[in-house]
Amino acid sequence: MSIDLQTVKKIASLSRISVTDAEAQAMVPELNNILGWVEQLGEVDVTGIQPMTAVIPNTQRLRVDAVTDGNVREHVLANAPQAEHGFFAVPKVIE
Amino acid sequence: MTNLTDLTVAEIRDGFRAGDFSAREVAEGFNANVAAAKALNAFIVETPEKALAAAGAADAAKAAGETLGALAGVPIGMKDLFCTEGVQTTAASHMLEGFVPTYESTVSGKLWAAGAGMLGKLNLDQFAMGSSNETSYFGNVISPWKRGGGDNAALAPGGSSGGSSSAISARLCPAATGTDTGGSIRQPAAFTGISGIKPTYGRCSRWGIVAFASSLDQAGPMARTVRDNALLLEVMAGFDPKDSTSLDLAVPQWEANLSSDLRGKTVGIPREYRPDGLNAEIAALWDKGIAWLRDAGANVVDVSLPHTKYALPTYYIIAPAEASSNLARYDGVRYGQRDLPDGAGLQDMYAATRAAGFGPEVKRRIMIGTYVLSAGFYDAYYTQAQKVRALISRDFDRAFEQCDLLLTPTAPSAAFTLGEKQADPLAMYLNDVFTVPASLAGLPAMSVPGGLDSQGLPLGLQIIGKALDEQTVLNAGLAIEERAGFVARPDKWW
Repeated sequence: MSIDLQTVKKIASLSRISVTDAEAQAMVPELNNILGWVEQLGEVDVTGIQPMTAVIPNTQRLRVDAVTDGNVREHVLANAPQAEHGFFAVPKVIE
Repeated sequence: MTNLTDLTVAEIRDGFRAGDFSAREVAEGFNANVAAAKALNAFIVETPEKALAAAGAADAAKAAGETLGALAGVPIGMKDLFCTEGVQTTAASHMLEGFVPTYESTVSGKLWAAGAGMLGKLNLDQFAMGSSNETSYFGNVISPWKRGGGDNAALAPGGSSGGSSSAISARLCPAATGTDTGGSIRQPAAFTGISGIKPTYGRCSRWGIVAFASSLDQAGPMARTVRDNALLLEVMAGFDPKDSTSLDLAVPQWEANLSSDLRGKTVGIPREYRPDGLNAEIAALWDKGIAWLRDAGANVVDVSLPHTKYALPTYYIIAPAEASSNLARYDGVRYGQRDLPDGAGLQDMYAATRAAGFGPEVKRRIMIGTYVLSAGFYDAYYTQAQKVRALISRDFDRAFEQCDLLLTPTAPSAAFTLGEKQADPLAMYLNDVFTVPASLAGLPAMSVPGGLDSQGLPLGLQIIGKALDEQTVLNAGLAIEERAGFVARPDKWW
């Protein structure tokens, strides 16, 4: 399965990474090389094999349904590129 | 007088307790070495004041007769993937440049609580994605090693924990933290003639470590001796309710139980790790390693791990898939960089921020991961890879029915020159061919130096153990260390 320029642009868009035409063009052979190489996995017989979900057997823990932290608004906002009135600020999303 | 910066962690700990020197003298010695080694570019941020403050506290505690922490008086380097409260944490990316965490990662917090002091934040491959430390936004880390014969070419310190490996082998710190997703502790350790262990997945909390591939990421120590690794891992490991994959198990006394007597142990030699064309010097060192373990009393048997050749392609589906999901958090809203072109809406801001904030290798992996998880391709790539991963894990289970540990080379070559493999991502990925399988199976694995090649560069041997059996891994590492007698160190040029 080989991917073309349109597919690269679509993946970039799904990844929320803007790319120029030249960058996308350069990525076509790069991504095809890598994807062509990983496709050898298709030859492995996996009949009856369950996909791995945990490398080391472990139990899913439940914690007490109680507040464990909070009241740290200043900490949460401390690294925001733009914070206003105690909130994260973003460009307008509704016209 | 002893040069304090030549001491191991255990020697510093014990000498400080015995009153041979003060913690402050040790911290000052390493601070001076760090300040004089800019040419290696091993640190992104230097924190000499933190090292001195911890040393001052250790000296005061000792003077007052208080109980000393396990690492009192020991300064260390911290890979810049661990969040450190009040100290910039970047994962070597532009995206997180200027990010100053308001909290401390569990592992780094345990080290400070044990009395260790921080010399600085160590450079790495960007978001820990790389095998040569050439993807850092803050520039390449340079290995202190040079090839013999007047060859002045700058060599890779390995990656992704390349700042850690370079700094330890150059005596800028006696030990450092590393993280290992597919070999990022073991391969840089091998390239620079030091030791490092990736424990069983779940031993060390991942909380507060910048995430790359969550089912693979594990923290571990890097240092010059096996003993130092054992004692550091004891401090770093332990259950953490804040990491849902943390193992709720007591931490063994790995240091106290160190023993290089391997009588009664069986070492497996996986034949698939000896492909046609394996570097002859690597093969010869491996044979020496087998003889050393035999000399330590172990039996040696051949074993087979039939799916070994599929480990790398499996890894390069699973790791990018998890990375694409983990790195979705960098949106220019909550932390990190924001790139807001004139008149841009929210979606444009995301795309511009991520285009400007991520380097080429990070973008490549996010896009591969996005593709293999996208509708229509998920089963063919991701589900298939998770099935092959189960087979790789089963190979190890079967091998461990016949043996207690495995011995292999750590990397297929000695350190290469910077730039040598940059043009071809696949050639770079092949560096991790021997380290990735144990990562996929979550097993403890360690690299110890075995000797020098004909060009005077260090080569490492890898020991892989059963899940939770770090002790046998460390013991075999000690047996090799005692017999290899590796004392080579790079000549100072920086």
